[in-house]
Amino acid sequence: MMGAADIAGAVLAVAGVLFFLAGTLGLLRFPDIYTRIHALTKADNLGLGLICLGAAVQSGSLMTALKLLLVWILVLLAAATGASLIAQTAHRRGIRPWARQE
Amino acid sequence: MAVFDLILGLLLVVLVWKSLSVSDLFGAVISFMAFGLLMAVAWVRLEAPDIALAEAAIGSGLTGALLFSTLGRLPHSEARQPVVSRTVRNGPGYWMTTGFWWVLAILLSIAFLFSLLDLQTPGLGGLLQERLPESGVLNPVTAVLLNFRSLDTVMEIAVLLLAVVVAWSMGTVVWPVKRTLPSPLLPGFVRLLTPFFLLVSFSLLWRGSHAPGGAFPSGAVLAAAGILLLLAGKTTRICPRFMFWLRWILAVGLLVFVFAGVSLMVAGYGFLVYPEQWAGALILLIEVSAGVSIGAMLMALYIGGEPDIHSA
Amino acid sequence: MTTLYFILVGVLMGNIAVGLIRILRGPTAADRMLAAELFGTVTVAIILLLAIVMEKPVYYDVALVFALLSALAVVAFVTRGWPNPEPGEQDDGRR
Repeated sequence: MMGAADIAGAVLAVAGVLFFLAGTLGLLRFPDIYTRIHALTKADNLGLGLICLGAAVQSGSLMTALKLLLVWILVLLAAATGASLIAQTAHRRGIRPWARQE
Repeated sequence: MAVFDLILGLLLVVLVWKSLSVSDLFGAVISFMAFGLLMAVAWVRLEAPDIALAEAAIGSGLTGALLFSTLGRLPHSEARQPVVSRTVRNGPGYWMTTGFWWVLAILLSIAFLFSLLDLQTPGLGGLLQERLPESGVLNPVTAVLLNFRSLDTVMEIAVLLLAVVVAWSMGTVVWPVKRTLPSPLLPGFVRLLTPFFLLVSFSLLWRGSHAPGGAFPSGAVLAAAGILLLLAGKTTRICPRFMFWLRWILAVGLLVFVFAGVSLMVAGYGFLVYPEQWAGALILLIEVSAGVSIGAMLMALYIGGEPDIHSA
Repeated sequence: MTTLYFILVGVLMGNIAVGLIRILRGPTAADRMLAAELFGTVTVAIILLLAIVMEKPVYYDVALVFALLSALAVVAFVTRGWPNPEPGEQDDGRR
């Protein structure tokens, strides 16, 4: 038996995984640490948000939905702070941002 | 499903191999952390939520922080050196040692496989479910840890305490008072997050009686909160009066456990044999004190020595 | 429906396998840490999907603990563990 909630959850999960793929592609292909942070932090956390939303839609309980929201907020906080800390420290250590060679 | 399990197992083996064989310590630490993350997924797949919770807290967070901090304390040349140097790798001694461990590992694996064949198929799960109502809790794992096999848990807590005693006997820790923080973002972030850590820690502790959770994951989350505060610029210098309380906090888990056991013995029940009507309350009391102690002990082990006494 | 979720989890595992390349190659310590962060986020996603498939909401708590502790490793890395001056870090950090 497949309800509308199940289908919506599955669609959201598929969309989330696509964002994860995009993030990993960026991690592999982008030229330096700053661009990789840029790719990974945004894409992955959007992907996780979509998966959380999908799980919340399927769970059908408000408490579980709130817990999943908390999971997403915590990961967002950690990722945003972590990205900023890594980038700032890398900059201070003298890793220069990538620039196209003339 | 089988394909997924196969990939998971393969990745785990690759990560273990890398954390042992990679040529620099930093790479080894990162591989080991990644191994901890995937190990938690493996526990989820094995339907062992209690262990998955503990692995999530200890394997990914605490171990990572501990190993990174250790790496930061090593002198430069040492941290940069390959784990096994080239000259050693070519010598006959290296091959003999490696060969010995390989043979031992293969023999142990074969023995393990045979013991798997001999395993009694029904296991003890049925018996546990049958006796669960007597235990005073609804979560079978907590029932085993704190009622049926509580002696093992007493010993585990005693071993942790012993480890702290050994760490403190190494002398006081000089924690750098003023470290330049990488960004003003960090203290604010930690201030925002600490209440969440406390909330999750207490909820895990409370849920232990009827759902996966309990003293060990709860203590680990508590310790993580403390370590995060330290990393965000708090110091380990404490006043002598609090030092007195700290010793009690470290010991209270073991003390309450042993005291409960001995008083039951005096009352004529035997060491840690709970009378049925008291079991639930006793387990809650022991679990709360053990959780607080485990948190303090894990944090003390992270600091790695007696805190500096601030004489003011 | 279950098959779809298993495919999704498989793809995420593939993500981890590919991220492993970044962990092993670097070139800088920051790149490796970034890949470890990717592992953390993907692991949370995998556990959420497994919780849906296995119909065990208990595993959402495992995801919650993960989400909470994911900050710890990065903070420890930045404040303590970053091996300073490493070869190849003085140039532009490219491979």
